[in-house]
Amino acid sequence: MTAYRLGQGGRIDRSRTLGFTFDGTALSGHPGDTLASALLANNRLLVGRSFKYHRPRGVVAAGAAEPNALVTVGSAGRREPNSRATMVELHDGLRAESQNRWPSLNWDVGALNGFLSPFLSAGFYYKTFMWPASFWEKLYEPFIRRAAGLGRASYHADPDRYEKVWAHCDLLVVGAGPTGLAAALTAGRAGAEVILADEASEPGGSLLFDSASVDGQPAGQFATQILAELATLPNVRLMTRTTVFGWFDDMVFGAAERVSRHVSQPLPGQPQERLWRIVAKRAILATGAEQRPLVFPGNDRPGVMLADAAVSYARRFGVGVGRKVAVFANSDAGARTAASLQAAGINVVALVDARVGHPAAVTVPRIFSGGVVSGTSGSRALGAITVRHAGGEDRFEADALAMAGGYSPRIHLACHRGGKPRWSDAHQAFLAPEGLAGLTLAGSAAGARTLGECLSQGAAEAAAVVADLGHTGTAAQFGAVDGDVPEGSVRALWHVPGGKAFVDFQNDVTVKDLGLAVREGFSDVELAKRYTTTGMATDQGKLSNVNAIGILAEARGVSPAEVGTTTFRPFYTPVSFGALTGSSTGHHFQPVRRSPLHGWAEKHNAVFVETGLWVRSSWFPRQGETHWRQSVDREVKTVREAAGLCDVSTLGKIEIFGADAAEFLNRVYCNAFAKLPVGKARYGLMLREDGMIYDDGTTSRLDENHFFMTTTTALAAGVMNHLEFCAQTLWPDLDVRMASSTDQWAQMAIAGPLSRAILQVIVDEDLSDENVPFLAAKTVSLFGGQLEGRLYRISFSGELAYELGVPAGFGEAVADALMEAGEPHGICAYGAEALGVLRIEKGHVTHAEINGTVTAEDLGFGRMVSQKKVDFIGKHMLEREGLVDAERPRLVGVKPLNPEQSFRTGAHILAKGAEATLENDQGYVTSSAFSPHVGSTIGLALVTRGPDRHGEEVVIWNALAGETVPGVLCDPNFVDPSNEKLHA
Amino acid sequence: MASLIRCPHCGARPKEEFTIRGAAVTRPQPDAGEDAWYAYVYLRDNPMGPFDEYWHHTSGCRRWLVVSRDTRTHETYGVRDAAAVAGESRS
Amino acid sequence: MRYSALSVFLNGLRGNSNWAAAWRQPEPKPHYDVVIVGGGGHGLATAYYLAKQHGIRNVAVLEKSWLGAGNIGRNTTIIRSNYLLPGNNPFYELSMKLWEGLEQDFNYNAMVSQRGVLNLYHTDAQRDAYTRRGNAMRLHGVDAELLDREAVRERLPFFDYDNARFPIKGGLLQPRGGSVRHDAVAWGYARGADERGVDIIQHCEVTGIRRENGRVVGVETTKGFIGTNKLALATAGHSSQTARMVDMTLPLESHVLQAFVSEGLKPFIDSVVTYGAGHFYVSQSNKGGLVFGGDIDGYNSYAQRGNLATVEHVAEAGVAMIPSLSRVRVLRSWGGVMDMSMDGSPIIDRTHIDNLYLNAGWCYGGFKATPASGFCFAHLIATGEPHATARAFRLDRFRRGYVIDEKGQGPQPNLH
Repeated sequence: MTAYRLGQGGRIDRSRTLGFTFDGTALSGHPGDTLASALLANNRLLVGRSFKYHRPRGVVAAGAAEPNALVTVGSAGRREPNSRATMVELHDGLRAESQNRWPSLNWDVGALNGFLSPFLSAGFYYKTFMWPASFWEKLYEPFIRRAAGLGRASYHADPDRYEKVWAHCDLLVVGAGPTGLAAALTAGRAGAEVILADEASEPGGSLLFDSASVDGQPAGQFATQILAELATLPNVRLMTRTTVFGWFDDMVFGAAERVSRHVSQPLPGQPQERLWRIVAKRAILATGAEQRPLVFPGNDRPGVMLADAAVSYARRFGVGVGRKVAVFANSDAGARTAASLQAAGINVVALVDARVGHPAAVTVPRIFSGGVVSGTSGSRALGAITVRHAGGEDRFEADALAMAGGYSPRIHLACHRGGKPRWSDAHQAFLAPEGLAGLTLAGSAAGARTLGECLSQGAAEAAAVVADLGHTGTAAQFGAVDGDVPEGSVRALWHVPGGKAFVDFQNDVTVKDLGLAVREGFSDVELAKRYTTTGMATDQGKLSNVNAIGILAEARGVSPAEVGTTTFRPFYTPVSFGALTGSSTGHHFQPVRRSPLHGWAEKHNAVFVETGLWVRSSWFPRQGETHWRQSVDREVKTVREAAGLCDVSTLGKIEIFGADAAEFLNRVYCNAFAKLPVGKARYGLMLREDGMIYDDGTTSRLDENHFFMTTTTALAAGVMNHLEFCAQTLWPDLDVRMASSTDQWAQMAIAGPLSRAILQVIVDEDLSDENVPFLAAKTVSLFGGQLEGRLYRISFSGELAYELGVPAGFGEAVADALMEAGEPHGICAYGAEALGVLRIEKGHVTHAEINGTVTAEDLGFGRMVSQKKVDFIGKHMLEREGLVDAERPRLVGVKPLNPEQSFRTGAHILAKGAEATLENDQGYVTSSAFSPHVGSTIGLALVTRGPDRHGEEVVIWNALAGETVPGVLCDPNFVDPSNEKLHA
Repeated sequence: MASLIRCPHCGARPKEEFTIRGAAVTRPQPDAGEDAWYAYVYLRDNPMGPFDEYWHHTSGCRRWLVVSRDTRTHETYGVRDAAAVAGESRS
Repeated sequence: MRYSALSVFLNGLRGNSNWAAAWRQPEPKPHYDVVIVGGGGHGLATAYYLAKQHGIRNVAVLEKSWLGAGNIGRNTTIIRSNYLLPGNNPFYELSMKLWEGLEQDFNYNAMVSQRGVLNLYHTDAQRDAYTRRGNAMRLHGVDAELLDREAVRERLPFFDYDNARFPIKGGLLQPRGGSVRHDAVAWGYARGADERGVDIIQHCEVTGIRRENGRVVGVETTKGFIGTNKLALATAGHSSQTARMVDMTLPLESHVLQAFVSEGLKPFIDSVVTYGAGHFYVSQSNKGGLVFGGDIDGYNSYAQRGNLATVEHVAEAGVAMIPSLSRVRVLRSWGGVMDMSMDGSPIIDRTHIDNLYLNAGWCYGGFKATPASGFCFAHLIATGEPHATARAFRLDRFRRGYVIDEKGQGPQPNLH
């Protein structure tokens, strides 16, 4: 094969030259070229190696269906494997490399597999490599993995930007070929909001290479004229380089726009790709049809390509695919191809028509009626072909072979929502499912065979849609089409017997493989696909599936209709992770929530930690502290001995109003709330309907009909949803309304024996125990009436403690004022770590203990569960056997026998002397910390009959860390068990 | 369904704005008995076909909705405010 | 015909024309000892072990579509036994042990590949939860290692450690975890069962269950009535539908789980990795595609397809974990319908009908469970007693309050 740039013609800009490299060799092309057309123009025919046998392969198609010409473009973070050379637009400096070959594309060791091919038939690997078992991971599989795969992905982060947007329209037209242009023009003229999307860089589809004319204008010029009118319609948006890849529920289409893929650096201010979710009232698929290859011996040699591709290269790109081109067809497409190539100045040496009695209207030196190509030869490119015909066999020179095996309408999108394609004998193809709501097909996607039909169908479908949507408009009319050559009758020719004939080029699936699959019982189309891998390559069988179905049908002696198709699934063509991800990358993967006291914490040198979306202050190192434990121990001690201030703003906060608010809370908490007095806070336990604890927190009654609930940080959103569920769906008759105020309040805990004195500096009201006793909750005046806050006398640390809430914007100033007031008393800032130690020392639980599998009884809250209330969430499942089982793990304290030893959360508890088995597992440590107060590590644990076993020696078992620590179970309240400090 | 939900308060909104809970089953009366409560908490008809499901418009009006749709085709044929549905079933 | 390197060689010399069919295409007999509804992985494995372990060979597997059309043909191929709770852990470890000898046992190369399963953690709380889980595994003799950040970085240097929203702090590794060529599992079991006399009847849909005197006597099918002594349901995804034929309501919802494969790549990632700060898990198939998935879409569905929002969430989490994935292209997505149970764990049990047996509720865990599920279900059908490792998977556990809730999410299926 000798491909070359034609002296004239094509839509390329010959006035400019673009330099690019292929496997390091400098080559050149023109604007308007794809990488594939430029490679052909440079007579680079061998562009890739197949997957299994590493056979030399050349360009087969001119568009998205290309199975062979996969290359890697770009480098480092922009390296992109498996790019279809037919879709890569040439740009200056483009670097492309071939794939799946070693050491080079010309000399590929993997090609030795070809000699082994008798033993590498479909599914051979299921039958061997089984002994010895250990060899699989060590020997066989590493070899297979290295041999498999296509391009090499980058390990560098992508430097480019991506984005996602929504678009809404009346009509989405997919494909800007003749059908799509006619449809968009009709709908656009009628005033409908139209999006016209096309995967190619230039709209026009087949008009860009069709040799017919419309109303006396060449097809390309006709396209230009329609596009010019569309450009004047503000209600029509043309999106090129935009592949509609999926049809989802509710008429949502996914589309990927390759905004900057055609240039080496992203365009200024533009992303690399843009993901569109297009919501369309209606859609017309004007996606055209895929020409099928013919399956004959040697059909994979570089130089054998689709007939329409050969014409496209000639007429759109100004490239002759060979000096001696043969054409092989099973329809009138053969004669049409020959004529088109000749018109472009290309030498056509033979026309092989598989049909008998269809005289060709072209003059070609050799015409074989009723002939088939039965063989090809040439080392790495086509040199000659053999034609078998009634009179015998002829072998002659040909350096390119254009094959036309019929058309398969591109119905992929129409099948994405479960519809099954229908076989049409008349079309020798599968057509779209029937009864698709909102989506219609037109043009060759619907089986139309001529340009004239495409234009009129596109216009008619669009006219029907716009009328349906209430617009007035008529189908666009176009002048007469001249030179339209329909396919005529198509002879079903699924394969030509003989040597190795490829059905799926990329995956090297042959006719024999399919035959073997049928013989071995894999005759169902899904099984045959999975067994032979036909249709599973990067092109998803665009060129191979229907041929495979035809071959299976023949082997089974049934019609293709009975074989049916495999399932069409998104994506129509592969979509990059980048496009699907958009801007949610790196630090922007999820939003960051910062407390209103974040700035305060920063001033105090906080170390921050991720807690869900929140960033929380974890501890506050001071000068000279080199280990986090030094800081945390100091903070804990300071709180126990003086006072500390902790940011607790991340707790969920919910304002609850209404005449029935108390009743509502009484139903959502398992303990009583109906009679909570105004001015009081109460600890509340919320269950799920299955009786397990859902969340805990305090709720305060600020007024008769106004409550303020706090939730844990982790479940703030969940509890809010849950409360709304209860209020709206379970008890809509209750007069209750709620709003989340988590972000509105800066909330700080002031804890420690000196907290009252410090707080009194800024609080106007008297804070004496008489006036603000334990569990008081009230609105207070601050700074001599300058500000109002909410004060709650509640404690997580077991110390005299308060929580003060102030409007978020004042948080930092108030915290500053408290730190200043506390300075003489030795106040310190303390973080989540110290808070954790303080609560573990008091045996207070968090979601480390409330892990979704514990009951109130398990955590020692059994008496909180109301026996009086007739109903509350979770009441009705509580009595089940498994929930009252005496053997349930229950909350207990644990500490090491030897205070020098420590243990970790997640260690399991075994009875002393028991063997370490799952049967002997008695529980696990839910929380642990070093307690400065106790002087050792302490922990909370859920242990079988834990509360009954205080004082029992156990083993704290952590094989992951290699730690087996003798320990003792104990009261989980390690500090001030009589709670004197709390009530001080 | 499942790409866009036509919220009766907000109009057609993308799925990402919603939280889905599961079958829209009716909570029994407190004295309904063990079997009724067990069925409510644990058993699901799980029909192949028309189905009512609780969706919460979390990033919108924050109303709980009963979305009626077909589990075979994902076709939605009704979206109602759950409080209104609860009112109907009571009256 | 025994498969081996030699058989491949000899058949190759003869042009591969002598390979026997892997299984027969029988017409149903009027009556069987056991009829299994569902020719997916679990149904085929059950038939295989009934024949092999218990000598019960007069068995039919009825499949409404093609052999392996269920979730065995539509998953992310991961095997692991890194479970927390005692109800699950021994069962999945039995499954792992069966995987380890499976190919030699059924003479079929299913490419059981133990390249490790690594669950990343990003917070102290996740580390603590994995410590608890890893120790539970070790108590049962299951391999588990807790890796710190540097150990993860050494294995997977191209993950995002320095620019991540949720930095990776470490991971729980099960070295024996890995992946298997999923379709081959169905084929291996089918071939093995067929060889032992089991009739695998494809394109035979069960439309009703006939009962007499409170016992099942057979099934109505699209190929006529088929009588049986015992009936076993293994139709996960559609369990509620088959159970309805005998007026049973199950603690299940059917949900769609999407999964994905990228274009083929040269070796990129060696083990299975799950992200801990978003819904994403990935491995690489021997063919080179990255096989990955995330969470269920969240709504009840039998449609075997999902929606774009979930696709985007999964991709976002993937790129958060591996920034260089950005330029890799996603080739195909698919959706499988799963039985999501009320506690996230499966059911292998008898039913209120004496000779009717149920295998259901596999949630995300069906594929990895295939061998043990078949093994234990066969044991139950043959002996009438639950297998020791599956005795927690009782249908009455919900009513009795002995749920097996690994995630602690309670009775809301889409949270498991």
